[in-house]
Amino acid sequence: MRIRSVDRKYAVLLASALAILVAPDIARAQGYPSKFDFGTPASSQDIAAVVAIAIGPDGRNLPPGKGDYAAGKIIYANACSACHGANLQGVAGLRDMPAGASLRLIGGRGTLTTKNPVMTVESYWPYATTLFDYVRRAMPFNAPGSLSADEIYAVSAYILAEGNIIDKTIVLDAQTLPRVQMPNRDGFIPDPRPELFK
Amino acid sequence: MHSTDSERLNTKARAIKEALSRIGEPISEAQAKNIAAQEDCECKDGMFALAATRRQIFAGSGLVAAVGMTVMLPRAAGAKAPAGAVEYPVEDDSTKEQGRMMGVDGGYGSRSQFESEVRWTNPTKSAGFSPLQNSYGTLTPSGLHYERHHGGIPNIDPARHSLVIHGMVDRPIKYSLADLKRFPTLSRTYFLECSGTTGSEIMKAREPTVQRTHGLVSTSEWTGVPLSTLLKQTGLKPGAAWVLAEGADAAVMTRSVPIDKCMSDALIVFAQNGEAMRPEQGYPMRLFLPGWEGNISIKWLRRLEISDKPYYTREETSKYTDLITTTGKSRIFTFTMDAKSVITFPSGEMKLPGAGFYEITGLAWSGRGKIARVEVSTDGGKSWNLASLQDPVLAISQTRFRFPWIWDGTSAVIQSRATDETGYSQPTHQQLIAERGPLETGSLFYHMNAVQSWSIAADGNVKNAHPLG
Repeated sequence: MRIRSVDRKYAVLLASALAILVAPDIARAQGYPSKFDFGTPASSQDIAAVVAIAIGPDGRNLPPGKGDYAAGKIIYANACSACHGANLQGVAGLRDMPAGASLRLIGGRGTLTTKNPVMTVESYWPYATTLFDYVRRAMPFNAPGSLSADEIYAVSAYILAEGNIIDKTIVLDAQTLPRVQMPNRDGFIPDPRPELFK
Repeated sequence: MHSTDSERLNTKARAIKEALSRIGEPISEAQAKNIAAQEDCECKDGMFALAATRRQIFAGSGLVAAVGMTVMLPRAAGAKAPAGAVEYPVEDDSTKEQGRMMGVDGGYGSRSQFESEVRWTNPTKSAGFSPLQNSYGTLTPSGLHYERHHGGIPNIDPARHSLVIHGMVDRPIKYSLADLKRFPTLSRTYFLECSGTTGSEIMKAREPTVQRTHGLVSTSEWTGVPLSTLLKQTGLKPGAAWVLAEGADAAVMTRSVPIDKCMSDALIVFAQNGEAMRPEQGYPMRLFLPGWEGNISIKWLRRLEISDKPYYTREETSKYTDLITTTGKSRIFTFTMDAKSVITFPSGEMKLPGAGFYEITGLAWSGRGKIARVEVSTDGGKSWNLASLQDPVLAISQTRFRFPWIWDGTSAVIQSRATDETGYSQPTHQQLIAERGPLETGSLFYHMNAVQSWSIAADGNVKNAHPLG
């Protein structure tokens, strides 16, 4: 007799149900619970200790503070120029550091459709909030996480103004930074993976 | 203790004290007695105690002479031995004297001092490449697993580390390493590959060896807790769509991960190849996203924040996006590592001693599942033949392939081409360039999985070759 696959599925389900019903206590005691209570509830202090540093494109989690081009210029000279260059074009031949081109912060607009794309904050980065976020988490290279919120707003203003993205008079803060329109804001497309090579 | 035992111990202690004194390492009588007593166990002549301190290890040869033991002891720790090895004396005739006793390694073994395979580190000290040219089978030894760091290797005390899961959850929870280990665990053998691997090879052959072209891929058995188990415990609020994963390194490395991946096969890993995960791999705990580009499996994981949107971090915008130079648009969130393979023997900078039989062998892998077949060409792609695949073929893991070949001693180009169970077949350089646009520098081409060519000259020299010449 041919058993349809649906019938067979029901038969398996029924058998499993019966097995559970007739299983001795010991078998049930050895099963896996659906939930666990390991770990400890994370307090607001636990979260505050690590959370405050991720900045969204909408500006979420940006800290209080402010900074402008003039203040940023001084911070840049002290904390950034050794690697990124006095003119923000990178420094060639740095020992134990990536070559100059990859440390360039500005320039490169119009090169993304060439064989030598120059990908910088100015030409490539879609969100100014990412600049703040990254500087705060990882820069300067020799003392990551050492700049204050005011200093990061200021150095962001300096880099963005040198890249002709904002005016030198603009003061960056939690309200103005997310409103900065980056040149390559619409340059990204979700991965469509059209080329499924066969 | 019997008096005879006591006398024997005293004699031994005196011998130890004299021997150490002769080689300029004087110790007190009490210390000598202590060593003698520790050593005087049922396992006669055991060197556990003697090997217990560095000082005593230095003094080893004198002690051996003094107390008449022939046990092999290490010389000055690591004096001339290659990385990962300890140098021991070599017996003139290893059948005529006892080999070294157990325990002198402190209980953790090392490889032979005659083996010296190591990772190759790039000039910027940010990536260490696995020596694929001398790899065997499919598993990568933990000490040779590739490395890629964005802010060095943090040295984390697990007692001071925890993973906080918060954001759009019902219950924010903090997990210590000990907490994680209480959950039901899973072990899976998965490859991990940096999405920049082979990227600099897109326009021309640049690197000399398979270690430097393809060495940012490795395979380990990873053990951890399914992330879905933890997220069921914290609960997810409606609208939860992305998870920000953050590491505790100097880069505070951060990536956004779709929630679907977190609820399917994502793991929080704490063990690698049967022991605690190595610091280079994220000790004490890392995220592991099977089949996806390596850097999103955040190491030294300290935080998972559930949110409705991605954060567009630096590592998912300015880096690890794929610019298509024909349109100027970039693909973002290109997670999957597609099918890829490479011949590891013979490969760049090797030299075949002469015509005759060679077993061509290599590795194939796909982030989409199992490898279905690997084809090998020995005539530069004019004809292809199936290679044999080493069992078991595991999904999202490296598969070893082998192909018997009689080299006739004339110049040849050998290649391998992998196809996975979804039907995806490894492309050529030309196909990839046609889809994503040409470059001159070739320096920023992620997800570069083109068929690799090795040319073999009539004199047997093997070189990295490029189809564009």
